[in-house]
Amino acid sequence: MAAAGPRRRPAALHPAAKPLLFVLALLPFAWLFYAAATDQLGANPQEHLIRSLGDWTLRFLCLTLAVTPLRIVAGQPALARFRRMLGLFTYFYAGLHLVSYAWFDMGLDVPEIAADIAKRPFILVGFAAFVLLTPLAATSFNRAIRWLGAARWQALHRAVYAVAGLAILHFFWMRAGKNDFAEVFVYAAILAALLGWRLWRRLRAPRLQPG
Amino acid sequence: MLIKTGRDGYHHPIASEITPQAVYQRRRELLKLMAGGAAGAALAGWASREALAAVQRPDKLAPLPAQPSKVAGAMTMEKPTSYEDTTSYNNFYEFGTDKADPVRNAHTLRTSPWTVEVDGLVKKPARYALEDLLKLAPQEERIYRLRCVEGWSMVIPWIGYSLARLVERVEPLGSAKFVEFYTLADRATMPGIRSSVLDWPYVEGLRMDEAMHPLTLLSFGMYGEVLPKQNGAPVRVVVPWKYGFKSAKSLVRIRFTEQEPRTAWNKAAANEYGFYSNVNPDVDHPRWSQATERRIGEGGLFAKRRKTLLFNGYEPQVGQLYASMDLKKNY
Repeated sequence: MAAAGPRRRPAALHPAAKPLLFVLALLPFAWLFYAAATDQLGANPQEHLIRSLGDWTLRFLCLTLAVTPLRIVAGQPALARFRRMLGLFTYFYAGLHLVSYAWFDMGLDVPEIAADIAKRPFILVGFAAFVLLTPLAATSFNRAIRWLGAARWQALHRAVYAVAGLAILHFFWMRAGKNDFAEVFVYAAILAALLGWRLWRRLRAPRLQPG
Repeated sequence: MLIKTGRDGYHHPIASEITPQAVYQRRRELLKLMAGGAAGAALAGWASREALAAVQRPDKLAPLPAQPSKVAGAMTMEKPTSYEDTTSYNNFYEFGTDKADPVRNAHTLRTSPWTVEVDGLVKKPARYALEDLLKLAPQEERIYRLRCVEGWSMVIPWIGYSLARLVERVEPLGSAKFVEFYTLADRATMPGIRSSVLDWPYVEGLRMDEAMHPLTLLSFGMYGEVLPKQNGAPVRVVVPWKYGFKSAKSLVRIRFTEQEPRTAWNKAAANEYGFYSNVNPDVDHPRWSQATERRIGEGGLFAKRRKTLLFNGYEPQVGQLYASMDLKKNY
């Protein structure tokens, strides 16, 4: 894949690449925080905040899962260094999404929240996705990888595929009330393509996959 | 969506400019004085005029003069929602499914000329020009709570008259048991019609006794002016004790039938949206609780949700319509 002539250092390896991505990934949060503080979230600020954070969680989930296919298809191994940060931002936005639901929609009324999670399947599914994402975020640092061993670590982190399925189901169920699935299908198609690529690759060349 | 532009040619003043809080507070004080004083009964009319004066015209559209309604329950004393919120947070799927879509897209709606076909099981079917409908009965101002099935609510000063005035005029036959409302479905001016989220045209319906109830409003305006397009101009129905989607907008046809109408949301998801769809905190939507509601514009991000009331608080007026009915079965 390497071009002829002297090879330039990929932009992904630039020392500013990671800090830049970090700042970019914080921009949605910064904007929502600013809009909330200055009353620019519209007629129903709680709803706007919760839904925006949900949207950003899905977007970061798609970005995280796009790293490996992009890395291999585009022949850019350096992209791998962004995967952990993107994954942690997925968890960051998922956590804010859950906290803003619990705080701004439910008024931090714990029995009420517990009843709501049990009663509404779409809340339950979203909550399950968050719970499943938690051990992944907790084992994202290098020592955890060494401690678990690469094979076990990788097996654990395959739970992200289940998280993707639950997240889409959560979004689908939420939109079913409005009978409006256009956006759900866009995210579902992106995630299906990213997971389908992995499956296709595994079936075609099983020996490329460790474990 | 996040960045506001002037493209729609529709600039709103900030919420605090619309109805100064001092005016509301003064209104409440006056009313408390009225209620407490010996002169209360004699001055009740004056007091309600004072309440009306609190709803200031936003000076956006043509004025629509109206007298305060004398119908029982028609003048809630709750603080009206700001004009900005009621005109920028709308469910009007013909103009898009996002609640920010109608204010952006509804400018294409042509409201003049406008006619409403009134037909079906009636002695005197007729096609009414909007001008004639406007004059059919005296225009009244009514301040109603509006509860959306999605769990939010507003308080809106509507203008119109009881739908019963129009129903009487066309003389329904004895066989007429239901009334159907048809919203305009114009592919050329309504971008949402291209999507298949609902089976167009939007159809809603009421039982005859519900349609004849004095609180059921045929509405032409709000906040002292004609209806904004995104709120269902030029004529819509408002049924304050039912979830908002029962109040069909931009009506082109009102039909009297013997069979229960097949309404748009009922066709889309019968287990979620029943024909009656009365506001009821004890009958949950399959995917969310209806026990509480978010009052739009109330208290910002940290405001608590309110408890939802049976029939949206209109139980004293409409409870008898459903006296023998199982409200869980007939949701």
